[in-house]
This record gives sequence, structure tokens and C-alpha cells, in this order.
Amino acid sequence: MRSHRTPRRRTRTRTGVVRAAAFAGAAVLLSGCASYGVSPGADGDSGTVTYWLWESAQLPAYQQCAEDFQAQHPDIDIKIEQFGWDDYWRKLFTGFISDSAPDVFADHTSRYGEFADRGLIVPIDEQVEEAGIDLSQYVAGTTDLWIGPDGKRYGLPKDFDTIGLFYNREMAEEAGVSAEQMAGLTWNPTDGGSYEQVIARLTVDENGVRGDEPGFDKSRVKTYGLGLGSAGAPFGQVEWSYLAMTTGWWYMDEQAWGTRFNYDDPRFQQTISWWRGLIDKGYMPPLAFTEGGSPDQQMQAGRYAIVSEGSWQTANYGALEGVELALAPTPIGPSGKRAAMQNSLADSISASSEVKGAAWEWVRYLASEDCQSVVADAGVVMPAIASTVEASKASLGKTGFDITAFTDQIDAGSTFPYPAILHAAEVQATTTTGLENVMSFNTDVSSLTQMNERVNALFE
Amino acid sequence: MAIATRAARLRTSSTGEPLRPDANGSPRERLTALAFIAPALLGFAVFYFWPTLRGFYFSFTEYDVFNAPVWVGLDNYRAVLEDAVFWNSMKVTVLYVVINIGTQTVLALLLAVLLHRLTRSVLVRSVIVLPYLISNVVVALVFYWMLDAQIGIANQFLGWLGVDPVAFFGDQNWAIPTIALVNTWRHLGYTALLLFAGMLMIPGTVYEAGRVDGASEWQMFWRITLPLLRPVLALVLVITVIGSFQAFDTVAVTTSGGPAEASNVIQYYIFDLAFQRYQFGYASAVSVVLFLILTIVAFFQLRLMRADQSDMA
Repeated sequence: MRSHRTPRRRTRTRTGVVRAAAFAGAAVLLSGCASYGVSPGADGDSGTVTYWLWESAQLPAYQQCAEDFQAQHPDIDIKIEQFGWDDYWRKLFTGFISDSAPDVFADHTSRYGEFADRGLIVPIDEQVEEAGIDLSQYVAGTTDLWIGPDGKRYGLPKDFDTIGLFYNREMAEEAGVSAEQMAGLTWNPTDGGSYEQVIARLTVDENGVRGDEPGFDKSRVKTYGLGLGSAGAPFGQVEWSYLAMTTGWWYMDEQAWGTRFNYDDPRFQQTISWWRGLIDKGYMPPLAFTEGGSPDQQMQAGRYAIVSEGSWQTANYGALEGVELALAPTPIGPSGKRAAMQNSLADSISASSEVKGAAWEWVRYLASEDCQSVVADAGVVMPAIASTVEASKASLGKTGFDITAFTDQIDAGSTFPYPAILHAAEVQATTTTGLENVMSFNTDVSSLTQMNERVNALFE
Repeated sequence: MAIATRAARLRTSSTGEPLRPDANGSPRERLTALAFIAPALLGFAVFYFWPTLRGFYFSFTEYDVFNAPVWVGLDNYRAVLEDAVFWNSMKVTVLYVVINIGTQTVLALLLAVLLHRLTRSVLVRSVIVLPYLISNVVVALVFYWMLDAQIGIANQFLGWLGVDPVAFFGDQNWAIPTIALVNTWRHLGYTALLLFAGMLMIPGTVYEAGRVDGASEWQMFWRITLPLLRPVLALVLVITVIGSFQAFDTVAVTTSGGPAEASNVIQYYIFDLAFQRYQFGYASAVSVVLFLILTIVAFFQLRLMRADQSDMA
């Protein structure tokens, strides 16, 4: 089940448990209110501030932050509510429509553009300047993610994440793959480099024959060298972006908010071609196998030896019983460098909030060292303030993983920002079909060129 | 009070014709009737009729909920006709309905006959409706895990039989049959119970007569049960076909319409358009098209099966 994966940075809008089944009658039954747009709210400085977040694992840390905050601001009450990822965005959506949205909510790079575009959240440039907040205290790259399509700032970063490779340590040892080897993998779209060799080596069929040995039966694979979670539409955040980006490719004509896309670029298509080739070789499961158990469950069952995953999954993978996992950085590509997508969450203020003054105080506190060091100690995610990252390394290190695999890429400057775009849901729908068709071998990789045209058409 | 008046009038009726409720009634009676209907009528008006009207209106607009709808005339309907995803969804939905209704009706009939002719045990009847008592979402998720290609229990069994793993939900050819059969499993008992109730209305004397004439169970099923059950069967079919066209939750919690739109049933497509892509105007147009299709289907079903007539003289 998808929601079990807590796909907090995922852009996929495909659903988990849908309480919105009540929506089934859907649009025909939609009963609306007579007025359109959201109420303008007010700037109240005291009262109750409602705060929403989607990750249950982070709830205790933010509860702590709220208590500390309330001790400093006795006239402000923080009311925290938590909903799972899928429910979260739907509830937020209906909240906006019915003027019952939370005053402050944890926001995602893939979503806030639409909210800003529709005037549902407010920019905070003035407040940031007035309060004299030092933007350089945050981990490089995190603050810019929150500059919206109109050039205004819509959030202060509260944490950040990147991508790494979780692998089964015992399987690697059995196959004679050392931790040093895993840390020094190379990749290219032609022969896959040492990354493909290791994936082949870790693939084992039901007779115990390895993927790189003669007699390997690709139709009866017991353990796939590389796991697969989805076709990775639209950005392949954990699926293929760490490969594509080492070829010098970029999604679109701009760093963010672009309108012309590059899914027709040969560098991208070669990457997907190599990636898809792993299925053909029997080193990665067919796309059809991704319906059902999630990658972490398959990992636990010993079906996958390596999966590329986000740092936000560290605690989850660390808690898997019965398997001993380790963490490696993503491979070095043709550029001579590694690459990993870096994303950051921030808290946004609803335009309809009646207490925007108090809401800003809370947002400011969430983005402060006081709160972020609490988050660091909780050991679930890495907070965005650079000075707290060391504490976070220690607490996340308790999971048994060496999380320098994530943080080294930030220090080395080999990360790239999450590509924020408008029309995200439309792009998602178009690319999901396009990429799933390619990954299920319905269409050729070159069909991604037509997909690119369809995506571009959304922006015309 | 009103009942007493009605009773008085019934008594004084002197013609020999069957008495029919007086369509005009006294103003007082109409008021009473209205009072009884009012709660249901209000609910219908507020939650069905008004939203339906608005839905029709939205279908002629471009509307994202946050900004006022913009009238676009028939543009949405023109777009529906050219929308490959819509036609794929219709195809997928029809395939789903055919498999779901086909298997469900045949099996439910069989089950109902067994209930009717073999046992009258209340326990058996209760057990048969059990799947229907479980929430759709729970059923869908349990099957989703059981039928996983790599770690699902179903493929474990298949493996022992020497069959290669089947990606029941993930394979494009399997996704819709799987989802349809999961829902058949859930609705089978309920449908069987409805048909069984219909069979109970067939007089036992007909079967006795059949047995005296030397008819076999097989002959009695085709010559007695099925023809006399027809009005009930027609009703059950209309209800289940409409329900089947509205398949949504199983898809939503498992495949989300994938892989590559292989299970993108029409209701899921509408949901996706409206609630995930904010295209309420276009989603309304698709809904209206679906509404029209369902109306036509129901009309022909009722006509062809002469649901308003019974062969029981």
C-alpha cells in the first residue's frame, strides 16, 4: 500500500487509502458555495494558530516546538493536526474551498506554485526582511526553492533531503561487493559502468546463479539487483534523476517555473533506455511488479538488493526487521560527479488566515534554530539550518546508517534543486502515462519525444 | 385523522372497480403527504437535484473552484469527443462492467438457486453476505497485498503449482479482470440474496406441478425459475450495472488507474480531473456524458427485459 511508504517528497499523486471515496459521485454532485475565491483573512497577532503537517513520525518534535513556542508567546495557541500524505492535500484543497484551511501548513515544492498562483498562500518577503532573518544560515540551495513563480518568497525552509542507495549488506558481502566499492560506483548510459556490474552481481535467480554468471535465468529471479518503485513521473526524484542529471541534462528551459521541457533530449532518453534495459536483462523487476508491496517491503523480503531512495526514508529503512541494510551515495556519472535531487519543505501561511501576524511568528519559530535543533534530535529528517546538521547526523546515525552518503553531496555541491513547475498535476498525469508506457515496453523510448510535446502544450 | 377520512371514503365506495388512491385528494391530505415526503425531498433537492443542476451548468464552463466559472459553451463536450483518455476510460469501464456483471450475475443466480432449492439455512444465508459487510477499501487492500507479484500469498500458491508469478494488479491485461473479479467476490452474496428473495415469491405449487410432470431441476430452472424471476432479475441487473459503471474505490486504493491507464475507469478519471487537476468544468462534462450513457443503458435494459410486467398470472 502506497501510504505506508510515507512518500512525503514524492510528487506522485497516485493515491493510498482514499477517504475521499465519498467524492465518488464526483463532479456532477459537487455542490459549491455561491462566492468564489478565498476570504482575505486578517492580520491578528494573537489567538489560535492551526498548523497541519503530514508526517506522523515528525509529530512529536513539532509538538515540542509548539510547547516551547507557546511558553514564549502566551497569547498564541498552536493547534497541530496531522493527516497522511494523500488525505493531506485533499483536505487542504477542500479547506481552501470552504475557507477552513489551516493558518499555517507544511508545504511541498511540487504544490506551492499552484497555491501561490491562485493566491491561496501569502508571500513573506516583507516579514523576512523586517525580522532580519539571515538566509545564509540555511543549508545551501534550500531557501531558493521557496521563491515562487512570481519571484516572491512563500516559505522558510525547515528541513532538507537528498537521495542515496540503500542496499542489503549481507547480500553485498556474499557477492563479494565491499562497502568501498559501493561508495565508489560509477555509471554511464552506455554500459552502466560499475553500477550495472554491481547490480548484475547482486541479482540472483532461483537456482542461485548470479546475474553476471552464465546460465542466469532472467525469467525466474529471486532477488533483483535494483528495486523499482514506479516509473518516476514526472521528475524521477528517487527513480532516475540521480542518473539523468550526471549527463548534464536538465528538465526544462529554466531552473524553476520553466515552460519548455527537455524530455526529448537524447541524454534523458539514453538514461531511461539504460534504466529500462535493466528490466530486459532481469536485473530490475518489470513495472507490473510495482503494484502491490512497496519497495521497503520488497527490500525486507529480500526481493531487492539495492533501492534508490530519499533521505526521509532513513528511519523507515532503519526500522526494517530481519534485514541488515547499509547506505551508499549515488554513483558518479559521465560528468565526473555524483548527482542527487535536493528538496526542502517549508511552512506556508494561508491567505485566508485571520491571524497572519501570529502565523508569521510561528513560521519564524519553525524556521529558527530553537525549533530545528529539536527536529534534529528527533532523528527523522535533516533540519535546514546548517548548524543543526551535525546534531542531526548523530541522531540519524542511530539508525545504523552512515548518512554522510546524503550530506557529502551537499558539501560537494553535487545536488540539484527540486524542479518546481506550474501545472504540476497536469504534467504529472501526462508524464505518468508516457513513462509507464515506456517502462512497460508498450512504446519505444523515443515516444518520450511526443510526451514532451504534450507537456509543452500544457504551457502554451 | 387523514387515515380515518380515507377509510371512510373506502367504505362508501360503491363501484366494483379496484380502489385507487385518489390522485387529487383533499388539500388537507396533500398537505399531510407532503409533510411525510418533505424530509426525503429536502435531502434529494439539496444533495442530488441542485448539485446535478450545477454539474450540468459547470459542464459548459471552465472552472477551477477558486475562480468564478467562465462560460465556454460546448467546448468541453467537443474536447470529450476528441479525448483519447476518455475513450480509453470508456473502453476500460465497459470491459470492467462486462466481466463484473457477467460473472457476478451467473454466479449469484447459481448461488440463489442453491439457496432456494437445497437449503433454507439462515446461517448459510448470513455467511454468503459476509463479504458485502466488509468495506470496499479493506477488501481492495487485502487483495492488493495477497495478489502482489513478488511477496503475495496467491503467487506463492501459484509457484507451488509451477506457475510463473502473475502481476494481477500490475499487468495491463490483468488489472481490469482482477479488479472486476475482486468486486464480484464482494458483491456476489448480496446479489444472490436479492435474487433469492425474488425466488421466494415464486409459488411452490408451480414447482410441485413441474415435479408431477416429471421435469428435472435443470428444466425447472429454465422453464420456471428464470421466467418467473425476470422482473426481479431485471431490477437487480439495472442496479448492479449502474453500480458497476461507478466502480471507483477499488481502483483508487490499488492501481490509481495505472499502469499506463490500463485500469483508468471513468469514475476514477472524473475524480482525477476534478479533485487532482482542478478541471471541474471538464470533469462535469465527462460526468454528464456518463450520466447520459447510463440513462440510455438503464432505459434499454428495462425495456428489453419488460421489467414492469410479470409472467405470474
